[in-house]
Amino acid sequence: MIPAKFDYIKASSVSEAVDLLDKHGFDAKILSGGHSLIPAMKLRLNRPEVLIDISGISGMDSITEEGGEIVIGANCTHHDIATSKLVNDDLNILAQTAKAIGDIQVRNRGTLGGSLAHADPAADYPATVLACDATVVAEGKKGQRSIPISDFFQGIFTTALEDDEIITSIRFPKVKNGNYQKFFQSASRFAVVGVAVVKSGNEVKVGITGVADTPYRAKGVENAYNGSADAADHAVDNVEVMSDHFADVEYRSHLAKVMTKRALEA
Amino acid sequence: MGKFVGKAVKRREDARFLKGAGTYTDDIKLPKMAHTAFVRSPYAHANVLSIDIEEAKNEPGVIAIYTGNDACGEFGVPCGWQVDFKNGETMREPAHPLLTKDKIRHVGEAVAIVVAETLEQARDAAEMVMVDYEELLAVTDPKQAMEAGAPLVHDQWEDNAAFDWCIGNDRAEVEAALESAHHVTEMEYRNHRVAPNAIEPRSYIADYDVNADKWTLYTSTQNPHLIRLLLCAFVLGIPEHKVRVVSKDVGGGFGSKIYHYTEEALLTWISREIGRPVKWTSDRSEAFMTDAHGRDHVVKSKMGFDKDGKIVAHLTDEYCAMGAYLSTFAPAVPTYLHGTLFQGVYTTPLIHLNVIAPFTHTVVVDAYRGAGRPEATYLLERIISKAAKEMGMDPAEIRFKNFIPPFDGVEEAGYQTQVALQYDSGDYHGVLERGLEMLGYEDFRKEQAKAREYGKLLGVGFSSYIEGCGIAPSAVVGALGARAGLYEVGHVRVQPTGKVSVFTGAHSHGQGHETVFAQFVADKLGIEMDDVEIEHGDTDQVAFGMGTYGSRSLAVGGSAIIKSIDKILEKGAKIAAHKLEAAEEDLEYAEGKWTVKGTDKSISFGDVSLTAYVPHDYPEGLEPGLDFSSFYDPSNFTYPFGTHIAVVEVDSDTGKVDVKRFIACDDVGNVMNPMIVDGQIHGGVVQGIGQALLEEVVFDEAGQMINASYMDYAMPRADDIPMIETDRTVTPCPHNPLGVKGAGEAGCIGSTPAVVNAVVDALAHLGVTDIQMPVTPQRVWKAMQN
Ligand SMILES: Cc1cc2nc3c(=O)[nH]c(=O)nc-3n(C[C@H](O)[C@H](O)[C@H](O)COP(=O)(O)OP(=O)(O)OC[C@H]3O[C@@H](n4cnc5c(N)ncnc54)[C@H](O)[C@@H]3O)c2cc1C
Repeated sequence: MIPAKFDYIKASSVSEAVDLLDKHGFDAKILSGGHSLIPAMKLRLNRPEVLIDISGISGMDSITEEGGEIVIGANCTHHDIATSKLVNDDLNILAQTAKAIGDIQVRNRGTLGGSLAHADPAADYPATVLACDATVVAEGKKGQRSIPISDFFQGIFTTALEDDEIITSIRFPKVKNGNYQKFFQSASRFAVVGVAVVKSGNEVKVGITGVADTPYRAKGVENAYNGSADAADHAVDNVEVMSDHFADVEYRSHLAKVMTKRALEA
Repeated sequence: MGKFVGKAVKRREDARFLKGAGTYTDDIKLPKMAHTAFVRSPYAHANVLSIDIEEAKNEPGVIAIYTGNDACGEFGVPCGWQVDFKNGETMREPAHPLLTKDKIRHVGEAVAIVVAETLEQARDAAEMVMVDYEELLAVTDPKQAMEAGAPLVHDQWEDNAAFDWCIGNDRAEVEAALESAHHVTEMEYRNHRVAPNAIEPRSYIADYDVNADKWTLYTSTQNPHLIRLLLCAFVLGIPEHKVRVVSKDVGGGFGSKIYHYTEEALLTWISREIGRPVKWTSDRSEAFMTDAHGRDHVVKSKMGFDKDGKIVAHLTDEYCAMGAYLSTFAPAVPTYLHGTLFQGVYTTPLIHLNVIAPFTHTVVVDAYRGAGRPEATYLLERIISKAAKEMGMDPAEIRFKNFIPPFDGVEEAGYQTQVALQYDSGDYHGVLERGLEMLGYEDFRKEQAKAREYGKLLGVGFSSYIEGCGIAPSAVVGALGARAGLYEVGHVRVQPTGKVSVFTGAHSHGQGHETVFAQFVADKLGIEMDDVEIEHGDTDQVAFGMGTYGSRSLAVGGSAIIKSIDKILEKGAKIAAHKLEAAEEDLEYAEGKWTVKGTDKSISFGDVSLTAYVPHDYPEGLEPGLDFSSFYDPSNFTYPFGTHIAVVEVDSDTGKVDVKRFIACDDVGNVMNPMIVDGQIHGGVVQGIGQALLEEVVFDEAGQMINASYMDYAMPRADDIPMIETDRTVTPCPHNPLGVKGAGEAGCIGSTPAVVNAVVDALAHLGVTDIQMPVTPQRVWKAMQN
């Protein structure tokens, strides 16, 4: 439980962090809450030579309303999100999701930006950001850009971020009617299956995490939905379902349907 | 009783533990202390072709690197219990070297150790040690290990059996009774392997003092004297009086810290080589790979009944994994701590158990909370519940029908079982009756029926357990293969001021001895608890001791202390009689003073103590001082028993089990401190629920443990556990002075089958008759689909 040797630099601005990332390239890693990165370093599964700590950068931890959207700084912790009045009022599904993550210590340290950048296939937020159609705002050497969430997740621990880019904030439309359902893995308490459903009128958007190596929008459910939760039967249509010691393909597929149904009925 | 015994006195040790002020081995930092890191095999079975340490040696801070080719490779750790084959062949006992030279037999086996100035340097350099392995096929399942052609763990024997043993009545007789039984219930399952997970990982510091030519070994063990004996006499061949073993605060053991580990001996050896103190502390990944695991039985069983539901015969065959080597107590666990409990609380007239114990390419097993008795209880309590279902009987009724009638062991004789033991005293009806009352059984069945109408799956499960603890009469265990006696030492030193220091060979690693022992010592002497100090865990302080496991501390260790107090009171009476100018017979001792009966003439314990150390006016011929040490060797095991009842709800969509209620009505004999007994029961129940629902060591084909971290190995958490409802009946142990039976393991022994019985009960109407543990959501859901 001792990481390999590394250097530590505390960045004071986004542009400084981007410059450092550019300078050190592959040898460097951004450090935010550290709750995915540091455990991996302690097991020496990950051994960056330089850590660029972005946790103190001002402006990256605010939650604001801008032009009808909720803008959440990448450094906002799960706890910040779970307890924000703005989020609870206008983006309740994200507060539900944040509350379902880890335990109090994890929620006090882990961040939204870190979780999305890490792209763990069992993480909770991905289901919800997909169902909400959020936008990831990233900054790199070439400047700032907005990445639609549908383009963001590209595979297991893989995202659309360039090597020199960091996430600065995530923009969400307001969501009145949303529900997140999670089936907890008994050891880690990550999601075996997590399903986020956002409803507006007779339309639903369904994001699913934990089931495939990349979180996805369950288009089958969305297309079949006509007000009845039976559409949940399409939760794993055209999906290559993962299998592990806790849930094989058959059981995980079943859970995806059950959790989708529950979220649709909520 | 007295002023303290029987009261829920708060634990004295908690003041330091809750403030984070305990001193665990890893907290100890000695001047010039070197640090270590192991190079461990990533393979379960492999030949070591070469080890290259050249590059690693030149890494910064490296002091030394040792491999099996160095002198330490010649030593090995011994096994503490010999269980021979039933055909007379001697137990197969392989050498178990401190560092392996040529052959790897489990993942995590150590091939080299790096000693460096800092832990970071040791870890870095360990990564530079290059080992060339040739991977071989591995076998981790005990039954598969006995199949023809299975990879051999030890090449010198034709198969993997360490021994093949049986107990009970003649097999043919048992088989015949099963043939003619009215009904036979069968079960085949696995009592799966679990990892003990003490919260404090193992940690050792060896400190060799060149000038005194003496060693101090600080170790997180449950039995410091036993470690010293094994280390000195069997492993390193160093004089026992030159070694001090210190084991003060230890953060849990659950059996996994009984075993004398290779690392303890290796560090002791290295400390002299380098002439400096040297430390190793396991990290959690190493703990999963190298701490002794528990359970791992593959079971096939038949129980026969007559038409009234009375058991007529019981036959079981088991394959019980030993792991790659023999740990200190592994052979005893599935045999003398397991087969001897096959009588359970029932009058079964014919019993036969056969145990084949194979070596496997896994880390060793050893005692794990309950050691053999949870496995016996699981079998008996599952199969009798299954039989009840099959025969259309109520699970409580079938138990009442088969219980051994109550006996106190004083007026009525102890109960002689078919499997060697004689139970001391018991009232098995009483605990089940009380348990049913706590549950509200009739109402529950109504609620269950109603719930089913709404598609809600409720179930109740019973477990009527007995266990054998307070181990153990030395001559008995000696005849059964133990290589040590299992008495205990209690030394009571009265200081001149009347303050009392007690030195016990029992060892506290969470149990609360400092409190409980002080309670009965204070009462017995009629003094304040504050005037009594309990010392343990230091071979220089305590004359000798066998340590703590098998729920033995109070029953055996407490009894030894009582013996010494009796000697003190006897000698004190002589001094008091002299001072009071009265005859000894005319004195009585109460509330801390000797009084001449019928008068107000008295002398206090403190005054007598002072006189004993300032013997100016003193009985002629009497030695000064008030200081006695005693050995207590119990005349029998003790047999706590009880009823555990679980109520569960199963989520019909997902298969997830929610334990709604847990009732534990235990009989642990006399209770010294009800809060501590409750605490022990709670902890045990949580571990038992953990095994039933969550915990399991899983190996892949190649012998890798695929869930060797808390990301994947599911430990029970507070929200997995309901409020545990406890109550007790009291049937004193007739053969020890405190009348105590032991409470450390009971919770873990009784609870597991209660939970699984409840799950099966919840699903019974769907045709489910058994589910393999741990009953995970996936397993439950699949059982519901069939
Ligand atoms: C005990 C435990 C339980 C947990 N349980 C859950 C759970 O139930 N559900 C769940 O979803 N998660 C869980 N997590 C993970 C937790 O939510 C992490 O905090 C989160 O996944 C990562 O956020 P972080 O801020 O800690 O990121 P870090 O660990 O600091 O970084 C993670 C990765 O993202 C990169 N990164 C961080 N910030 C940025 C950024 N702004 N831009 C670009 N790259 C960045 C880092 O370089 C690194 O590669 C758990 C973690 C622990 C330790």
